Amino acid sequence: MNLKKLNIENKKIRDFIPQALTVLALLSVIFYFATNAQINMGNRGISFGFGFLSQEASFDIAFSLIEFDGSYSYGRAFLVGLLNTILVSIIGIFLATIIGVIVGVARLSSNYLIAKTAEWYVEIFRNIPLILQIFFWYFAALRALPSPENAINFYDISYLTIKGWYIPKFVWTNFDIFFYSLILAFISIYFLNRYAKKQREEFGKILPTFTLSLGILISIPLLSFLLLGVSLSFNYPELKQLSETSYTYVNGVSIIPELIALALALSMYTATFIAENVRAGVMGVGKGQKEAAASIGLNKGQILKLVVMPQALRIIIPPTTNQYLNLTKNSSLAAAIAYPDMVLVFAKTALMQTGRAIEIISITMLTYLSLSISISILMNWYNKKMAIKEK
Amino acid sequence: MKSTYLKPTKDKINTFLPLGSIFVIFAFLDILTNTFLNRNITGFLPQTLSYFIPLLFGYIGFYLIRIEFSGIRFLDKLNKNINSSNFNAFLTLLILFIIIKAISPLMNWLILEANFAGSSKDDCTGNGACWVFIKVWFNRLMYGLYPDVEQWRVNSAFILLFALVGIAFFVPQKIKKYFIIFLLFVYPFIGIKLLSGGSFGLVYVETAAWGGLSLTFIISAFAILFCFPIGVFLALGRRSSLPAIRYISIGFIELWRGVPLITVLFMAAVMFPMFLPDGTFIDKLIRVLIAITLFEAAYMAEVVRGGLQALPKGQYEAAKSLGMGYWRMNVLIILPQALKLVIPGIANTLLALVKDTPLIFVVGLMELAGMIGLAKTNPKWLGMAMEGYVFAGLVFWVICYAMSRYSQNLEKKLSTER
Repeated sequence: MNLKKLNIENKKIRDFIPQALTVLALLSVIFYFATNAQINMGNRGISFGFGFLSQEASFDIAFSLIEFDGSYSYGRAFLVGLLNTILVSIIGIFLATIIGVIVGVARLSSNYLIAKTAEWYVEIFRNIPLILQIFFWYFAALRALPSPENAINFYDISYLTIKGWYIPKFVWTNFDIFFYSLILAFISIYFLNRYAKKQREEFGKILPTFTLSLGILISIPLLSFLLLGVSLSFNYPELKQLSETSYTYVNGVSIIPELIALALALSMYTATFIAENVRAGVMGVGKGQKEAAASIGLNKGQILKLVVMPQALRIIIPPTTNQYLNLTKNSSLAAAIAYPDMVLVFAKTALMQTGRAIEIISITMLTYLSLSISISILMNWYNKKMAIKEK
Repeated sequence: MKSTYLKPTKDKINTFLPLGSIFVIFAFLDILTNTFLNRNITGFLPQTLSYFIPLLFGYIGFYLIRIEFSGIRFLDKLNKNINSSNFNAFLTLLILFIIIKAISPLMNWLILEANFAGSSKDDCTGNGACWVFIKVWFNRLMYGLYPDVEQWRVNSAFILLFALVGIAFFVPQKIKKYFIIFLLFVYPFIGIKLLSGGSFGLVYVETAAWGGLSLTFIISAFAILFCFPIGVFLALGRRSSLPAIRYISIGFIELWRGVPLITVLFMAAVMFPMFLPDGTFIDKLIRVLIAITLFEAAYMAEVVRGGLQALPKGQYEAAKSLGMGYWRMNVLIILPQALKLVIPGIANTLLALVKDTPLIFVVGLMELAGMIGLAKTNPKWLGMAMEGYVFAGLVFWVICYAMSRYSQNLEKKLSTER
């Protein structure tokens, strides 16, 4: 009797002691660091706080999506960096998905040469550190481009030079109306799909959803052009002589080589992982599924669309979102080639000017952390939605 | 009627096979002479047509030799693998032609027109790569700023390591255990002492001078050594039944996994000294090493957790029913099985670790990629970025490819035992 009681208490104590010790150790480490930080900052005459964010930044940023110059605040500089990070991530994700899907499907090709080429693409680009690939594109490949006066000319519309890629600038009138028309188009497509699904499930009628959606997507914005006074014109880049030997392009939009190098390297590197996911996903769908689908009379396209893809996507999407997340985090390597992303603008330039290491590094890390956590929450929600509902 | 007449079948093989072969051979002849002999044998045609002749002829030729069940082994194999449909034939031709077109300038740049002899940039006169750059800088690329006369120490540290690892494979099982313990717990101190010096008559070499490929190896080796046990503990912590330990582990893992390594390195280099008492100084290399280790340990923890979750519950119950405690159960029953399950994941994490090491240049440590950055900005060697990064890429590729191959073999070897 006594022994049993002792045992229970023992277990409670056994559980309690390690927990208490761990928490205590953690707290004391935090306390130790915090006091040290306080003393150090006191010695340097700075106090912890985020007031510096509203101070004037007084540095320029080479590439920015929103208006910025030295007179704006550090907070604004942070926003510029964040937007640049998001921009390169979106471009990278878009390209990586396209390349990844093509290479992944190619690896499954019955054509020996295609499959081998795709395999070697994966083996080569996956096994070279990303930072080296970025350096290669930026310092070696893109430096081999011609100077502006001998630019590679794409039909007089855009020019590829060592200083960047010049593309026409879109000049909109009444852009807001066009934007609303796009939103309207997407809403109507959503309702159309719901209606089509209902028709299919209740009456067995199959509507040509894809054609109809495409029609809506083209026709509504087109109507806004014809009826509501939206118009679009292009400012083409033009060669301009700055001095005896120096030329540049004006009027267009310039995509800086840093962005090109970063987007290329990120997408080609991440594409190898996406390709492997795609391959695993398609291979993960049982052969019996395809045979069963064929035996009830579906054709090749229908088998792919209705049977293979829905099942393969379930396998492909979770690890691929992980890769998207990795790509976003890897975009911080921008700092190595001076693409003004969040790390370069904020954690390097702003930190050097203000000396506020603790605040700035914490803000940067927290931003990435919240990006990661929000994407993984979204992912879990999606996974739950897509999971096979077993009855 | 006509379409059946044109369809290559077995009974008309004597017409179609020679005809198709002539078309294919002509297509390849055209593109080969074009690329390697600089002679366009279809030059009399309009330029655009002449450009697409190989593709067109090859396509027709491939169509004509696509004879099902021809009975000729080689032909059947060819048709099955690279010529099974019109689309496949087109892709095959496209890829072959791109390879043929690309291989000639690539070989010229890499080998045929490259410069190997000499000692300065002026010796590079050809159009190809200037490998003299690599040759002259080779020592720096391997050892960083480590003094030339002391480089034997780096060499001997690595030779000793490889020798010990090599011997460990061959010694009998009984001694092997002690050997591995020596390798894991004693050798690192010997290696560090050998590299940094300061006693035993060795000149002190500060860590700021360490660099090049040897630094890549040093950082990878230490990070691998430490991140593995930390990762295992974190994984166990995350699956612990004690809430405080579980939440601390989760928080720790997610914190590191949510941020990019570059910010972690900045933290180690810039922010961490603020947390130490005034006057204390921890070497930058050690700070960076700790940062990389903790960062990779978080990833390792998730991999190991995958293995722990994949084990059936019966294993835990069986171990407990034998009266095993928590540690005995995990060390003897659970971990050996769980780790075996996740060998590919562990290998990928270690691979990622090696690939991440070049990043340390952002805090001023110069391993291979960093040294190339330094070398290419040397005024005497401007314009050598291509050679440098191709070389570094090749070195890293060989290392990483070998690692991934080894892990695949290990996985196969261990899975057959089951």
